[in-house]
Amino acid sequence: MSTDVATPSRRVTLGRAARTFLDRRASLMPTLAAFVIFVVLLAGAEIHFGNFVTPLNMSALLLDNAYLLILAVGMTFVIVTGGIDLSVGSVMAFTGVLCAHLLAAGHSAAVVVPVIILGGAAIGLLIGVLVQYFDVQPFIASLAGLFLARGLAYVVSLSSIRVENESILWLQTTRYRLGEWYITPTGIMALLIAAIGAFVMQYTRFGRTIYAIGGNEQSARLMGLDVARTKVLVYVISGVCAGLAGLVLTAYSGAGYPRNGIGTELDVIAAVVIGGTLLTGGTGYVLGSVIGVFVFGTIKTVISFQGAEQSWTRIIVGLMLLLFIGVQRIIVFRSERRR
Amino acid sequence: METRPLLELAGGTVYFGADAALDSVDFRLFPGEVHSLMGENGAGKSTLIKAITGALALAAGELRLAGSPVHLRSPHDAQELGIRAVYQEIDLIPNISVAENIALGCEPRRFGMIDWARMREDAHAVLADLGLDIDPASTLGRHSLAVQQLVAIARAIFTDVRVLVLDEPTSSLDVDECAELFRVIRDLQQRGVAILFVSHFLDQVYEICDRVTVLRDGKLVGEYLTREFLRIDLVHAMLGRSADSLRARTLLHLADGRKEPYLSARSLSVGSGINEADVDLVEGEVLGVAGLLGSGRTELARAISGIDKLDAGIIRIQGNDESIDGPRSAISLGIVYSSENRRTEGIISELTVQENITLALQAERGVLRRIRPSRQRELALSWVDALDIRPPDVDRPAGTLSGGNQQKVLLARLLALSPRLLVLDEPTRGIDVGAKVEVQNLIGELADNGLSVMFISAELEEVLRVGNRVVVVQDGRIVDTVPSEDLTVDSLTAMVARPDDASRGSSS
Amino acid sequence: MTKLMKHRLFWPVCSLLTLIIVNTIARPRFMKITVRDGELYGALIDILRNSAPLMLVALGMTLVIATRGIDLSVGAVMAVSGAVSLTIIDGSSSPGSTGTVLVAIAAGVGVALLLGVWNGFLVAVLNIQPIIATLVLMLAGRGVALLITDGFITTVNSAPLEYVSTGYLLWLPFAFIIAMTAVVVIAVFERRTALGVLTEAVGINPEASRLAGVRSRGIILGAYVVSGTLAGIAGIIYSSNIRAADANAAGDLIELYAILAVVLGGTSLMGGKFTIAGTVIGVLIIQTLKSTILFLGVSSAQSPVFFAAVVILVVLIQSPRLHRMARGLTGGARPANPAPRSDAEVPA
Repeated sequence: MSTDVATPSRRVTLGRAARTFLDRRASLMPTLAAFVIFVVLLAGAEIHFGNFVTPLNMSALLLDNAYLLILAVGMTFVIVTGGIDLSVGSVMAFTGVLCAHLLAAGHSAAVVVPVIILGGAAIGLLIGVLVQYFDVQPFIASLAGLFLARGLAYVVSLSSIRVENESILWLQTTRYRLGEWYITPTGIMALLIAAIGAFVMQYTRFGRTIYAIGGNEQSARLMGLDVARTKVLVYVISGVCAGLAGLVLTAYSGAGYPRNGIGTELDVIAAVVIGGTLLTGGTGYVLGSVIGVFVFGTIKTVISFQGAEQSWTRIIVGLMLLLFIGVQRIIVFRSERRR
Repeated sequence: METRPLLELAGGTVYFGADAALDSVDFRLFPGEVHSLMGENGAGKSTLIKAITGALALAAGELRLAGSPVHLRSPHDAQELGIRAVYQEIDLIPNISVAENIALGCEPRRFGMIDWARMREDAHAVLADLGLDIDPASTLGRHSLAVQQLVAIARAIFTDVRVLVLDEPTSSLDVDECAELFRVIRDLQQRGVAILFVSHFLDQVYEICDRVTVLRDGKLVGEYLTREFLRIDLVHAMLGRSADSLRARTLLHLADGRKEPYLSARSLSVGSGINEADVDLVEGEVLGVAGLLGSGRTELARAISGIDKLDAGIIRIQGNDESIDGPRSAISLGIVYSSENRRTEGIISELTVQENITLALQAERGVLRRIRPSRQRELALSWVDALDIRPPDVDRPAGTLSGGNQQKVLLARLLALSPRLLVLDEPTRGIDVGAKVEVQNLIGELADNGLSVMFISAELEEVLRVGNRVVVVQDGRIVDTVPSEDLTVDSLTAMVARPDDASRGSSS
Repeated sequence: MTKLMKHRLFWPVCSLLTLIIVNTIARPRFMKITVRDGELYGALIDILRNSAPLMLVALGMTLVIATRGIDLSVGAVMAVSGAVSLTIIDGSSSPGSTGTVLVAIAAGVGVALLLGVWNGFLVAVLNIQPIIATLVLMLAGRGVALLITDGFITTVNSAPLEYVSTGYLLWLPFAFIIAMTAVVVIAVFERRTALGVLTEAVGINPEASRLAGVRSRGIILGAYVVSGTLAGIAGIIYSSNIRAADANAAGDLIELYAILAVVLGGTSLMGGKFTIAGTVIGVLIIQTLKSTILFLGVSSAQSPVFFAAVVILVVLIQSPRLHRMARGLTGGARPANPAPRSDAEVPA
């Protein structure tokens, strides 16, 4: 006796396979849309400039945006729970300049790297505790984190510090080549972190709890999931990612600079949203955020190819963000209507 | 049926503030039985359910499972003991798959990773048990509420269940789905599971339940066998008789030349709440609306006062067709609405009594034309006086007043607009007896002064006392409209409780 | 005494007074005010002058927060308004004429007002979450400002413009007079018309307000328009101060300080009842803190660490959990009835 309840007549016209797909993976649609946009952007740029999609340029895309990729992975975790982390740009600057400072003071990379990761984790822990145990809104709690990290960055140094340490510079200068394509250790790091992030989200209870919290926190609690610990941990993860991003950025620019990352959190949030994650939480994929970062990076590259002001990047990204949110709202609106 | 109860509550008491939401209630559930919990709003049903599922702590009394006392500190404890509840508000995660919702918390693993394939298989099995043929990998939110409810039940029975509480499980199901659910319930019954079935549909209660416990005002009224307990006695037990001194309202007999109705509604339909309703509201008359919880009485009120958009139907005011397109539009036509959710849709708790009373009037005048503070005070004080609002301090935050006085503040707000038609949804709910009578008398006076009033209440006696005519609502339809002088509480109870003649098989 | 303590402004005022007293003890010159040519000078006067941009932005933020919203774009709007005005002055043939400056200011503030309308439209009409809606402008706004200035920091030399931030009127800095005028005008408007009460109603209980016939859409839209306009004026003052339009630095982090000021003043982030006086005190607290930090020799770039501590302290104090913990510690009376564990509906 079937209780296959009526699906809206609108979708009856699609193939059965498509319908099943939508039923299962509707939340993948925005991510697919982002991918399509990415491809369209590349195609458009290729047509316009002629030599845009080359192995050299594409490899550079990953290289230049590795730090953003790492930040986006951490931010995805936080946003899917329905929260937000405004501190990532500042934490990245802090850990970056701290790294440079400690290296310049003579410590070995083997000591410095764990220290800065811990630093990022500590700020993330502070934010997580404020959010979970003191009922502080994530916006305010991560704002405090932003203030703290930014100030600490300047406490470490008011100006930039060059990095001479071989092992750190190795991360950036080494190229592994495959024909014309190349990748750096930082690029590998970024992709690895993305892969780990995606795995955790899909195949561990921790990851599924994150989705549950974003979907309905009260229900998740009633279902016996460890909501408190998870909510704190996502901010720690975001902090760790910010620490790693600081390392990567320092290696990339060869220096730690306390003024780094101003406004970067917004770029990250934009990339994550464009990649298909809803700011309201509950849906989103790490893969989507990766695509979002590449979209962002492509826009930046196109603009520099065009010779136009870099400021156009922010404007276009802002408008895209608006467009995506508008579309997301319509989708959400429609699915609510159905019930 | 074994003779020892599986779940037993003795002297259960729960307080909300100073009120006893549950007052020394004894309750028993036997294994393999389907038991119904009945009572109107505020009777204590949801409190009892929360107490036995660990969502609320008992202030007094003892809970025993299979004879041994248990202390539930959280719903998790109850779930571990096999006590599961499926609520009307789906307590699941809408953005993940059906299989995951069923298995969340005990997902099958392989090499430390979640085994999605196994999860889907297991889910498919338990869904098939329920006769539900849906894709376990599909996202939960894409299914109708009916299906989601069945998935919630699937989750509840996924691991060993001993006591299953079903809170209004059939409210979004059609006839076929209901039959399927009942089949599952009987199946579980065979396995020795004790089932608590809470529903306001009397037919269903009589169809599937063995015994019924009735609560009223937080107290136990009694425990009965359904095969020995008449429907009308059940409704009587739920609604009861209030023991206050009655000052009978002298019902104004309407003049022989029937007046033209102020508002005339034909074929009103809104979603599945109300269908094809015809209502006339006459000036100087109180129209009582009687019906059980869920019958559509609130939907009718909201449809008439323009709060909800009509799917079909016409409203005529003083002979002219009007389309009422929201509260502002209704107010400009002289129609005001008081919601049954006093706290969430009525009182603005942090604003003062004065500000609450003058709110609607001020909103009507607009932002720029402020009512002079002295005039505001005068207005507030005069209403406080007229309605005997206590304490008479207009600068207190309205949220600090008792329920009865809050209702009076709301009434004052509406009356300050000099309306022609007052739609009041359960204005006396949760109010102490003395204030109840005051409000009832007030409504009578308003009608005597020429207002038209639509008065909804769960207490049939009140409806008869205050109303000139009574509209009986059942399952979204108006069953009859009768002058109250032709009714007694018993006959009205019978009408409200009468088995539904109209087929429920029509799509809801 | 307890009645005084219960007053909403008690703690904010106390905090401010404490700060002032501590400062005076540390540097007695703090309280010294000198008069020269009919103009007042001194550390206190500097605080008043420097507080002007934040005062304006925080004022607008108060109204937006009261409607249960938030405006993250104010910094970007400041940058845009500065960019527009200075570009006009720079491009005109008589940058020193009052007429040009007035036109430029009008244009800058006008654009800011339109940006406020944009935000209000997104929130009130399209029902987009305020954080997201204003995030868009926060992102794109600075880019627009940079475009207007062609990526450069446009500097001008214009006496009338400089007057805005350095001039005096009636013994007090002109900038401060502007801010105070805005405060007074808005406070009077809110309380003399019904706007204040209706805004609070919308913020406390949007649904009940709607049923009572309140025009929530217009009220919410209005709040964002005011916020944008005030940010525009703040942008002019800022640009006047540095005699330039710096699209990146203008209003950097100001939205965060503004929110902090509102919270310090006692208005809840959840919306509803608001206090403009509280926000004014909150702004003065922040400004005094900044001055204190500078005096302590901390570079202004590092001052955010202190503000982080302040933010954390404030939210902890306001946190209900802390109240519960404190009550437990001091052995306060246990509530007579066990609090419901879940979101139990109180039976009506």
